[in-house]
Amino acid sequence: MRKLLAAAFALCALVMVGPATAQTPPNALIVGQIAEPKSLDPQAVTATNDFRILVNLYDGLVRFKKGTLEVEPDLAKSWDISDDGTTYTFHLREGVKFQDGTPFNAEAVKFTFDRMLDKTNPYYDTGPFPLAFFFSQVDTVTAKDDNTVVFKLKEPFAPFLSNLAYPTGLIVSPAAVKQYGKDFGRHPVGTGAFKFAEWDPNTKVVVTRNPDYWGGPPQLEAVVFRPITDANTRVAEMLSGGIDLMVEVPPDSLSQFKQNSSFKVYEAAGPHLWFLILNTKEGPFSDKRVRQAVNYAIDKKALVDNVLQGTATIAAGPIPRAFAWANDGSVKPYPYDPEKAKELIRAAGAEGKTLTFYVAEGGSGMLDPVAMATAIQADLKKVGLNARIQTYEWNTYLANVNPGLKGKADMAEMAWMTNDPDTLPFLALRTDAAPDKGGFNSGYYSNPDVDKLLDEARRVTDRNKRGELYEKVQKIVHDDAPWAFIANWKQNAVSTAAVKGFELEPSFLLNLKDVTKE
Amino acid sequence: MTATVAKRLLTAIPVLFGLSIIVFLMIALIPGDPATAILGSYATPENVARLNASLGLDQSLPQQYLAWITGVLHGDFGRSYALNRPVIDIVLERFSATLLLAGASLLLATVFGLLAGIVSAVRQFGLADKVITLIVLIGISMPSFWLGLLLILFFAVKIRLFPASGMVAIYGGGGPLDILHHLVLPAVTLALVATGVIARLTRTAMLEVLRQDYIRTARAKGLTERRVVYRHAFKAALVSIIPVIGIQAGFVLGGAVYVETVFQWPGIGAMLVNAISQRDILLVQGGVLVVAAAYVLFNLLADICQTLLDPRLK
Repeated sequence: MRKLLAAAFALCALVMVGPATAQTPPNALIVGQIAEPKSLDPQAVTATNDFRILVNLYDGLVRFKKGTLEVEPDLAKSWDISDDGTTYTFHLREGVKFQDGTPFNAEAVKFTFDRMLDKTNPYYDTGPFPLAFFFSQVDTVTAKDDNTVVFKLKEPFAPFLSNLAYPTGLIVSPAAVKQYGKDFGRHPVGTGAFKFAEWDPNTKVVVTRNPDYWGGPPQLEAVVFRPITDANTRVAEMLSGGIDLMVEVPPDSLSQFKQNSSFKVYEAAGPHLWFLILNTKEGPFSDKRVRQAVNYAIDKKALVDNVLQGTATIAAGPIPRAFAWANDGSVKPYPYDPEKAKELIRAAGAEGKTLTFYVAEGGSGMLDPVAMATAIQADLKKVGLNARIQTYEWNTYLANVNPGLKGKADMAEMAWMTNDPDTLPFLALRTDAAPDKGGFNSGYYSNPDVDKLLDEARRVTDRNKRGELYEKVQKIVHDDAPWAFIANWKQNAVSTAAVKGFELEPSFLLNLKDVTKE
Repeated sequence: MTATVAKRLLTAIPVLFGLSIIVFLMIALIPGDPATAILGSYATPENVARLNASLGLDQSLPQQYLAWITGVLHGDFGRSYALNRPVIDIVLERFSATLLLAGASLLLATVFGLLAGIVSAVRQFGLADKVITLIVLIGISMPSFWLGLLLILFFAVKIRLFPASGMVAIYGGGGPLDILHHLVLPAVTLALVATGVIARLTRTAMLEVLRQDYIRTARAKGLTERRVVYRHAFKAALVSIIPVIGIQAGFVLGGAVYVETVFQWPGIGAMLVNAISQRDILLVQGGVLVVAAAYVLFNLLADICQTLLDPRLK
């Protein structure tokens, strides 16, 4: 017995002192991610979590300019758009090589898009490509010469450039796709600042410096992405030195990091909108006054400050302020005014009405849906509306809400994150976007003026003119109030003080090229 | 003996088969589908239909099940929609991690549970008994995910003795010592409840045996107390403790879900939770089948041990 105990103690001591406790090696950045990536094939994935790795491995023809959602050249040096807005000619950067040594050229661009869009392409079966519809307006892609590639669109589609800047438009190495086939997502090859080194499932994805990067090699020698799904564990790893940088910090922990000088906290508003879909077809919300009343009745400041603990800003309309070129901030949020709300409700004869309120238990971009719903319910109660909450698990929720609220509910929570001001209103506010027509207009909002403006904004290729059109949309929709506009989420991140040169991007992507670690 | 084992193994086949149908139906009947999960905000009916077709989910349910079971009988468990990898690779890789965690916990729970139970019984109503009973009660009542977070806060954040999460060090990890270093906190967390249960049952079983006449006889013969307790009483009590350990083996496998999530242990519990929320039906099927088979096997092992210990059961 004594011997056994002694052996046990010896083992314990060995285990404790044996390997060095979590110390991150110099010049390698360790990033705490929220989940294991599904794949590193840019056309095959849909999650921001995966995009955060991808943008460091691959480049697109264009990209979002640092700190904005404006498009700037990347692998394409410049481009021309035909007057009718249907032909885009890209002039490519010369002398760029993929990380496997094969040359980047017009053929590679054509290959990337044909693989995703052309069912007869021999590599179409390396999919599926869930977000291929981003480019459904593309008719043909032609390699005019080695350094010129021409996209012909079926119809004018102004968001095309923004969609190209999205990770779904990143350019893959044709040679690598041909070599690995369906497993390309586990052997990714692009032209980016970092090249893929290792993927240890559920433990880490390692990317290392690409010394031949056309924009000059990055400072860091390597980046390690660790999947840590539990937010509290992620915080613990940050505190114990197991990671250098983490995204999506729980609001509760944010203040703790802010007070500690060993850490740096980053916050940036993103192109995100949290709103309530109101059923404009039937029930109390078929009256515009009641819809406006709800917008007045909800204390958005209290929601943002108390429930979300300052991790969001108050939303004014369907187009987030992060799209600075399409939202000049002239449309202000509905103020908190319960008296005015009561007045409107009385005028509409909706006092004491009971509302069915669909609430999600969680879900992408949904923030704290149950707590928020409870606060909203209390606000509505104060102005004489009884909201009955029905909660659903996220997938079930989507299956309930996306087909439309008719006959089921009066209001439903929803959140969207987009890369172009077109996306959300076009898919969720047009008459032709009703659920039975394949859209997301689950509250059946319909205003011919908005339809016309949104269509026009797709055809105009001049960005300033587009911006003006979206500002008009913002104004009309704000007034029509088909939704209750609640919050724009601020994304956040925390790093150790040793990390320099890191900035959050409004696109929610994670560009690590210029980051250093001291 | 061999015949009994063979018979038990054969009866497991219809159990697993029935289970696979139930799991398949359950996943198919709850709303939402893989395409909706993959597309998230972009899940328009049109996009969902297109993606479901390319995933082969536009076939009827019996067709889908038939395709799956035919594959399984040929050793092909299909490909995960969400992770785009062969199911069998993911499941085996994850299950071995769970087995390590659950095995270590069960070992800890058995050793400490038995010791605590014996000491408690021998020193009934003494100070040791009271202290152990109190600790055991706390252990049984404490939710494992909460305990896990507390352990992380103290041992990883405060005194930095053990890593907060993961199974191997990010750099230069993977050796047995490194894995053991990572294993300590999750294994202790997972073991706590099982230890409590085993300790309580051991105490009861031992008290019962210690009151028997043959124990008095043994003591009267002048045997040392240690010999009486361990050789005579404990061996007899073990017969009723073994099935409990068998049940606890199943329990630690199931409880691993929380612990794996908190400690980011790359096991099958955390995998199943993700797979269900993604409606990743083939991965769920593969995972459940392996876990169920393990349950059957553990219970069989416990029964065999019991039979070996207690000649009456033969």
